[in-house]
Amino acid sequence: MSTTQKATGTAAEPRAVLPPLGPAGWARWMWRQLTSMRTALFLLLLLAVAAVPGSTFPQRSIDAARTAQWISDHPTAGPVLDRLGLFEVYASPWFAAVYLLLFVSLIGCVVPRLRIHWHQLRSVPPRAPKRLERLGAHGRLTVDGAPDAVRERLRAALRARRYRVHAHDDTTLSAEKGYLRESGNLVFHLALIGVLIGVAWGHLLGWKGDVILPVGQTFANTLSRYDTFSPGPWVDPTELAPYTLRLDRLDATFETQDTGEGQFGAPRDFTAYTTFTAPDGEPEQRTIAVNHPLETGAGSVFLLGNGYAPHVTVRNGDGTVIYTGATPFLPQDNDYTSVGAVKVPGAQPDELGFAGFFLPTGVIDDQGPHSVFPDLLDPQLVLTGYAGELFPDGAPQSVYTLDTQAMTPLPGADGTDQLRLLLRPGDTAELPDGRGSITFDDVDRFAGLSVRTDPGKTLTLVSALLALAGLVASLVVRRRRVFVRVGPAAEGGRTVVSVGGLAKDDDEGMDDEVTTALEALEGTA
Amino acid sequence: MTDTTLAQLSNTAVYSAMVVLTLAMLAYAMYLARLAPTRERRAGSGKPEPELVAARTAGPDASSTGSHGDDTDEGRPGAGHDAPGPDEEGEPAAARKAAGVGYALTVLGTLLVVAGVVLRAAEVHRWPLGNMYEFAIVGSMFVLVAFTAWSTRRDLRWLGLFVVLPVLLNLGLAITVWYTDASELMPSLRSVWLAIHVTVATVSVAVFTIGFSLGILYLVQDRLEVAGRRSTFMARFPGSRSLERMAYGVHIVAFPLWTFTVIAGAIWARQAWGSYWNWDPKEVWSFVIWVVYAAYLHARATTGWKRQNATWIALAGYACLIVNFAVVNVFFVGQHSYSGL
Repeated sequence: MSTTQKATGTAAEPRAVLPPLGPAGWARWMWRQLTSMRTALFLLLLLAVAAVPGSTFPQRSIDAARTAQWISDHPTAGPVLDRLGLFEVYASPWFAAVYLLLFVSLIGCVVPRLRIHWHQLRSVPPRAPKRLERLGAHGRLTVDGAPDAVRERLRAALRARRYRVHAHDDTTLSAEKGYLRESGNLVFHLALIGVLIGVAWGHLLGWKGDVILPVGQTFANTLSRYDTFSPGPWVDPTELAPYTLRLDRLDATFETQDTGEGQFGAPRDFTAYTTFTAPDGEPEQRTIAVNHPLETGAGSVFLLGNGYAPHVTVRNGDGTVIYTGATPFLPQDNDYTSVGAVKVPGAQPDELGFAGFFLPTGVIDDQGPHSVFPDLLDPQLVLTGYAGELFPDGAPQSVYTLDTQAMTPLPGADGTDQLRLLLRPGDTAELPDGRGSITFDDVDRFAGLSVRTDPGKTLTLVSALLALAGLVASLVVRRRRVFVRVGPAAEGGRTVVSVGGLAKDDDEGMDDEVTTALEALEGTA
Repeated sequence: MTDTTLAQLSNTAVYSAMVVLTLAMLAYAMYLARLAPTRERRAGSGKPEPELVAARTAGPDASSTGSHGDDTDEGRPGAGHDAPGPDEEGEPAAARKAAGVGYALTVLGTLLVVAGVVLRAAEVHRWPLGNMYEFAIVGSMFVLVAFTAWSTRRDLRWLGLFVVLPVLLNLGLAITVWYTDASELMPSLRSVWLAIHVTVATVSVAVFTIGFSLGILYLVQDRLEVAGRRSTFMARFPGSRSLERMAYGVHIVAFPLWTFTVIAGAIWARQAWGSYWNWDPKEVWSFVIWVVYAAYLHARATTGWKRQNATWIALAGYACLIVNFAVVNVFFVGQHSYSGL
């Protein structure tokens, strides 16, 4: 069977000779393919599928630590998936390829339609077809009155129903309405391009920086003051607006009444009271709360986190203060068990470092030191001490952890090999070998502030709202054509009216439209 | 902080609603079952119903003919029920009664769910959309309200079973698996956008749910019509063309609502988290849902694409909605961690 087919296929069947397509022809063919509705549909579905892995795998841009953890937990799959870009889906070339192709397809589809629609908006409805009864919806009626008068009545009735009406000759009317459907559709698609441009603009020219600010301290908006700073590719980070922000007070309230599951200690309200000074303005009181960022005019300041900064003072052997200040500890859980480090580079003979926990409501049991409530009911500072070199290779390190490579533990007072301190506010502990003392003076809260700018967000928002408006118009409005033909009836003084309706889309309301037109005629007759 | 008596009353209302809706479901099922013999008798007596024949012969792409009331969508007041539903005259009294009981019970069930939601809100002194349990009962409420309201405009007794059933399923899951004690909100949820964004999202999902039921009924009906089988059961439903139009009509209401949900969510995300789009899992899935339903609308407008295939895309969209609610809320790590579980 297959052999005979093959034989006839190659020998007997005359081949159609196609003209050579040439580069321009191929380009045109590919453009046609790309801008077809089928391709757009396929790309849409592909975009949906391509977006999914970003929710199933941790994303580096959202949670770098979790991503690194995932990769080290999966030594085989991790690096492979990483190379495929599955941990940075929305910045990956294949995701970009899908949406860029989709937008090219969209432009290729919309631009010709824009031209056509522009012409249609300025032209009159087409001539009535010969046989109106062949149209999808049709009605016929004989009414009193001369054909011209009847036609004028119908013209008025159609105009009242917001049709654009034109008479190509003496016996017919052509009417059309619903141009807004195509207008809305085009606005929707063009606005999507606006959304894309807005997003890209924000990415290129926006930046964000995070800073941890203890109560009482002032933040000056300069690059060096930020803990982390991620600028867009076109941002000049030396040109930040030089405003300052002082954190006067930070209020945090937690649930203390509701003992339901997961409710006791749940956060209820965070408010930061600040003094904001614009580059050439007077200081003004401003509050920042969750859902209420501070708009500085050059970036918005969001209150995205908070925690505790114990105030610690370290004195040397002769009582001179060699370190004092609020030292932020990072919260690790919902009860604000916080970790941090106190680094004292000015200590003699060796540099001193302390690492450990701050516990707002401290408990030390078989789980180790941890907090059982996020508010300051029984604040404790649990530290271990080290002496040696704090920054052995001069490399930058986290301020919240102590690099103990080049350090040795301080011995405990009672002969243990490790100095362990548990301090409550006001407590002072002597350090061994006459190295001085450490005092836990007090505790302040800190605010985790995030400063962000996104110059594209207005364009994105306006485009998105335009897209929504266009979408509603394109779904609700119906494109309809109504044709009318009048002629004298057999009996004198009467007119036969024939009305046909043509809907552009699947439109079950067209019959009603024709009926209404005829009823209008009856009503006025 | 919260009033336990109101909380208990709210739960009682939801439980009562479930009992009432179960009865409503049975009544609607009985309605469909009691209708069957009549159709068979009619078909056997050689007097087929004109509407059903018309629906069978009309191809999916044939444009509507001039015969009025064939399957016109708009319910004209005073014109009685339009043809798509089984006409009342031909129904046995028992069937009519069952449908009447079903509708009455559905209205009662709706009122009870509304009461449950209102009591819950009164108890927590806030908009009752703070955790998964509340999303579920408010979503159920919107489905029921939409259905009972739409029922006043056209005969939807054949659809009753397929609305009450998913609602019951949802309420059952809500009160067993997703139940969360009434509580206050965490700071990030305290915003006027909770009322705007989450309410519209819930309305949208409710409308998509009705669209999903209609989509499935359409595909079943269409398959039977193509096979030429005179199924006695499916003959109780409108013709496939009419079902498909209704499904589309419902989806074009829900889709702009979902678009608005995404935009409002982005505005709120900017207020609360500093950036209007973070590719948080919930955002990813909202985006996926939007794209899939956009593909449905595209497919339906594409010449050469069958309506059946387009409807399959809409069903896939609904599957994504389910994932977004039942899977993303509970199992995915993200900023939308408000399930309360």
